[in-house]
Amino acid sequence: MDVMVELKRVTKRFSGTTAVNEVDLTIRAGEFITLLGPSGCGKTTLLRMISGFETPSEGTVLLEGKDVTYEPPYRRDVNQVFQSYALFPHMTVQENIAFGLKMKKVGRAEMDERVRSAIAMVSLAGMEARKPTQLSGGQRQRVALARAIVCRPKVLLLDEPLSALDAKLRHSMQVELKQLQKKLGITFVFVTHDQEEALTMSDRIAVINKGKIEQLGDADAIYHRPKTTFVANFIGQANILHASVVAREARQARVELEGGLTLTTSEELPEGAERVLVSIRPEKVWIEKERGEGDNWFEATIEDELFQGPTDQLRLKTDGGLTLSALVANESSRRTPVHAGDRVWCHLHHDDIVFVHED
Amino acid sequence: MRSRTPSGMRLVNLLLSGWTGLVFLFLYLPIVLLVVYSFNASRLAIVWEGFTFRWYEQLWHEFTAHLADERRSALIESMGNSVIIAAATTGLSVLLGTAGGWLLHRYRFPALRTISTLIFIPMIIPEIIMGISLLIFFKTVEMELGFATVIISHVTFCFPFVLVAVQARLAGLDPSLEEAAMDLGATPLKAFWHVMVPYLLPAIISGALMSFTLSMDELIVTYFTRGPKSETLPIKVYGMAKVGLNPLLNTISTVFIVGTAMLVICAELLKGTARRSREPG
Ligand SMILES: Nc1ncnc2c1ncn2[C@@H]1O[C@H](COP(=O)(O)OP(=O)(O)OP(=O)(O)O)[C@@H](O)[C@H]1O
Ligand SMILES: [Mg+2]
Repeated sequence: MDVMVELKRVTKRFSGTTAVNEVDLTIRAGEFITLLGPSGCGKTTLLRMISGFETPSEGTVLLEGKDVTYEPPYRRDVNQVFQSYALFPHMTVQENIAFGLKMKKVGRAEMDERVRSAIAMVSLAGMEARKPTQLSGGQRQRVALARAIVCRPKVLLLDEPLSALDAKLRHSMQVELKQLQKKLGITFVFVTHDQEEALTMSDRIAVINKGKIEQLGDADAIYHRPKTTFVANFIGQANILHASVVAREARQARVELEGGLTLTTSEELPEGAERVLVSIRPEKVWIEKERGEGDNWFEATIEDELFQGPTDQLRLKTDGGLTLSALVANESSRRTPVHAGDRVWCHLHHDDIVFVHED
Repeated sequence: MRSRTPSGMRLVNLLLSGWTGLVFLFLYLPIVLLVVYSFNASRLAIVWEGFTFRWYEQLWHEFTAHLADERRSALIESMGNSVIIAAATTGLSVLLGTAGGWLLHRYRFPALRTISTLIFIPMIIPEIIMGISLLIFFKTVEMELGFATVIISHVTFCFPFVLVAVQARLAGLDPSLEEAAMDLGATPLKAFWHVMVPYLLPAIISGALMSFTLSMDELIVTYFTRGPKSETLPIKVYGMAKVGLNPLLNTISTVFIVGTAMLVICAELLKGTARRSREPG
């Protein structure tokens, strides 16, 4: 595995605020990594330290093992797609895309060839002579993309590149971007605050909160094994519940939740922990009319039912007084039609009870 | 659908259009008369005696004779002076106005706020006061009156026009634009040249045309700051008019009006393009 970018204890302070706080991050060559986090958490600042528009207050930035912490942007083999696209308004599509090659003094013939293939790659053939104002939002987005990839950067940085597009176009661009990345094999660092976008596109996701990376992992790990309450809540929904450990066995533990509900878990317990937090995804709560096989079954009353299109959101209350939210598929011929006021049996699989830290 | 304007409104509209018409008549009738009389065969400027190109021919002859060094014409010389002064003023105003507009946009510290207000004083201050104060200044620093002093004076009230135009254009600038250029390998200097200058060009040109016209027909400030060899056309024309109305004056004025109008139209057209290309890019 080749390392492309390495951030070592990188900190960036602006007067008053610490935008990025002691971040360590290793980005592999050819991967699609997403920086995901709420507004103001430092995503853009982190990206700008890789592109060279910000200099870290502390720490080092390595590009292919070379220290580039203090290199200006025009001397890094890194290109960026800006959120506003930042197309040059006085240049045509062709000129915009050729700009980077012109700056690098690439020969005429090679330049034409590379521009042509970049234009073909983003399906903009026939629009070479247009000015940016004569393009739609999606087309401008493609020009911005072509302008960056034509330079064959080692790393392509994308700062919320799809946020200005409508939902439909956004989806098709997500697919296109992902395919393009696979085809070119360029390392993509993608910034977004949209968790769904992050989950569908990325090889790995770095969830950022308040200038720190809370968790780094692939979509599956981030979604199914969140490490902190922040990650559990930011990506999807979660029931975060206090629990105390009542028994430890080889690969299992029993925890007692509020209201006397005891559950068996299979995840490794934090060493020596007595009081723990568990995260349970609402869609992992299994609802049945009758009690089934195995353990982790408990009875509850449906207090509330919220129609959400493909799913129904239920608010459950156990006999011990614990409130839990659950999601059930909203099929026309539902296995177990349930309604507010019903008494139901709930089941949780061992693996779906995840221990999380408070942040 | 039929117009349902109340009759009171209609009366107001009628009065308003009548008033506007009168104002335009008052504004443009003298100019129209002047242009018409430039084709008047009579030596007396205000009696119509038939159509002629004679005065234009005479002006042309004076022009060619002067250029060929056959007969020196003070009128043509003043014209040349005006063009030299206007060109120099325009060049300096463009440099000063563009650099100033850029700096004010780039570095927004409080002191610059005050400065940016001060810059506009020469635009609004009465010209006679400008003229006197500049004269006092040049006398104090013992500068000889001539081309240099006239050009400096003109620049003081011309460059704010460039600066305002540049500032207005920069206000709509996407801050990422310059970064995008650097991201693509341009050094800061190249980014300025390849991206900022073309972006600002419509503003620079419209400011330059404005400066040129302003400098060309400035009279009062020039009157105070000129030297014996830097007589400009407006001053010469003013001198001629004092002696008596001369048909040649009408001719020159017409040439002047046409030239100025063309420059102003160019400036307006460019402002139009500037506005259009400022829409999201
Ligand atoms: N140039 C700057 N000067 C001062 N503070 C800044 C500067 N740039 C960013 N910050 C601050 O640093 C923090 C992180 O900003 P950043 O732009 O990196 O957030 P972000 O995660 O990209 O947010 P968003 O999703 O809204 O784009 C914010 O609190 C912001 O106010
Ligand atoms: Mg941002």
